[in-house]
Amino acid sequence: MSQPTANCPNCGAPVRFRWSSAVQTTCEFCRSILVRRDVDLERVGVVADLPPDASPVQIGTEGIYGNQAFVVVGRILYEYEQGGWNEWHLVFNDGASGWLSDAQAEYAVSFLAPRAELPAAGELRRGRRVVLNGVPFEVTAVTRARYRGVQGELPFEYWDKTEMLFADLRTGDARFATIDYSEAEPRLFVGEAAGFDDLHLKNLRPFEGWSG
Amino acid sequence: MSAPPQVKALNCPACGAAVTLRAFEHTLSVVCGNCLSILDAKDPNLQVLQQFQARERIQPVIPLGTRGKVRGDLFEVVGFQVRTITVDGVPYSWSEYLLFNPYQGFRYLTEYQGHWNDVVTLRSVPEVDTSGPRPTAKLLGERYQHFQTAKAETTYVLGEFPWQARVGDQAAVMDFIAPPRMLSRESTAAEAVWSLGEYLTGARVWEAFQLPGSPPPASGVFANQPSPYEGRAGSAWALFGILALVLVAVGLACFTFAQQAEVFRGAYSHRQGSGEASLVTDIFELKGRPSNVEVTVSTDLSNNWAYFHFALINADTSQAYDFGREVSHYFGRDSDGDWREGGPKDTAVIPTVPAGRYYLRVEPEMDAAAAEMRYELAVRRDVPTLSFLFIAAGLLLIPPVVSSVRAAVFTQRRWRESDYAPAESDDGDSGDD
Repeated sequence: MSQPTANCPNCGAPVRFRWSSAVQTTCEFCRSILVRRDVDLERVGVVADLPPDASPVQIGTEGIYGNQAFVVVGRILYEYEQGGWNEWHLVFNDGASGWLSDAQAEYAVSFLAPRAELPAAGELRRGRRVVLNGVPFEVTAVTRARYRGVQGELPFEYWDKTEMLFADLRTGDARFATIDYSEAEPRLFVGEAAGFDDLHLKNLRPFEGWSG
Repeated sequence: MSAPPQVKALNCPACGAAVTLRAFEHTLSVVCGNCLSILDAKDPNLQVLQQFQARERIQPVIPLGTRGKVRGDLFEVVGFQVRTITVDGVPYSWSEYLLFNPYQGFRYLTEYQGHWNDVVTLRSVPEVDTSGPRPTAKLLGERYQHFQTAKAETTYVLGEFPWQARVGDQAAVMDFIAPPRMLSRESTAAEAVWSLGEYLTGARVWEAFQLPGSPPPASGVFANQPSPYEGRAGSAWALFGILALVLVAVGLACFTFAQQAEVFRGAYSHRQGSGEASLVTDIFELKGRPSNVEVTVSTDLSNNWAYFHFALINADTSQAYDFGREVSHYFGRDSDGDWREGGPKDTAVIPTVPAGRYYLRVEPEMDAAAAEMRYELAVRRDVPTLSFLFIAAGLLLIPPVVSSVRAAVFTQRRWRESDYAPAESDDGDSGDD
């Protein structure tokens, strides 16, 4: 993995990329949101204070999924009425990009899927069956969430969000899908729910009174 | 990088008592154990969401903050709630313990009258099939039978929850069972959540959480309690099958190796009150290993009876085997048509007679007015007998039948608490469960 470095256009601190294909990152020092424009970094905004959260995952956490090692390089943090959750951006050994969602220590790994025919946001109801790429899914939750912030490297620009709509879908055999309706063209992520132990996570956050 | 999450100690805004937050930022609401105020854990001022009245204080049998090993990982009890369903006006309450590990997340222990379940939220959506008379749910190839649908209401809360818990919360609960597992679907207006429970004994819970004393005994039969008889009946039947095969083999061997040799045959006649009362046959020889002897008496009795006193006597040692047979043969015709009772012939088998020279002493006895009777005696050595096989088979049947009956009774008690309880008005022993 190449690790190109640049300097933050805001504070001048070195900005290190763990993933050469990152489109966006944040400055660790001044929390500026930086977007790559050719060879330059453009400051598009600043991350507000991220609310404290209790995810055991952090940037730099390593794990294994489907026999491929990955490292966590970024995240998007959301909030909704029943709490918050993280979408951790994973970069795999082979350069592929994926997502580890962690909602109250319930984990799922997913990947951006090729464009599929998706139901319109207005048609979504809990319990509705949707066939995605030939697999029958059931809509298990329709969540209106608030974007709370980003950290680290992401595969796309993601910073000027406020409220967004998500649909979670599941199958009888632990497959998992999320449709993100925040873009003009909704994004589909498909993967599966995973147990904590299945992911062989290392370099986790410590918790007072608990040993990882 | 942010500081490691820490256990927080706060003070209840209503009464000032100390309140502990054990599940870090996951907690949305926490109950003040002193004044039973439910507090908004996300609010910097711990705004009171609800203050509930309890007729009596409920002490969880596993205190909040206790840690125990569940499926190899350490979990801490962080929340407790009592939930109640009402069936025919009768409230049934169970306890739910919310367990937390910062890496593994949340899981539950539920307890009803000494029956425990280890419960996790499912990552899959089971397939519900309502086409049959009773709905079923399928998960990972296993079929679960619908047990009960009820409305559960939260009636008591303590500790903290990763949702805004309130007394009075309602959820529609559908339970499906495949003992020792239970699938439950809980739905509210906002969401539907499936969970999977696995039956635990109180002893396992006491061991996992190192609780003092011994668990209160479980009463009645719980929905997904594994039947102690189910496997036992199965293995009892399997053992019966094996032994029955052995019996059949023994029976076949008897048929194959039995000599079935006729060693004597003679024809006689008898008239009551005339001549010798008893006669003795010629001597015949019984050979081979000690084995049975079959004596058949065939008469020409018709609408008459006779009683035969027999003795099989060893000519050398005078050892005698005494036995008797009544032969009675009646027939006729009445308004129902032909009828017949008894027969002109009977057989006696004397077991285990050693080899030697023997004769039979015969004393027939008849009605004084009866006509002369002709009869024939036949003696056969070593005949195959099946009666002992049937007796043995009958004895062997007892354990599996008892086990099956017990299993059936257990299953009946299980379903008595379900939506499919038999419609019985006054069941004598259901009241004490």
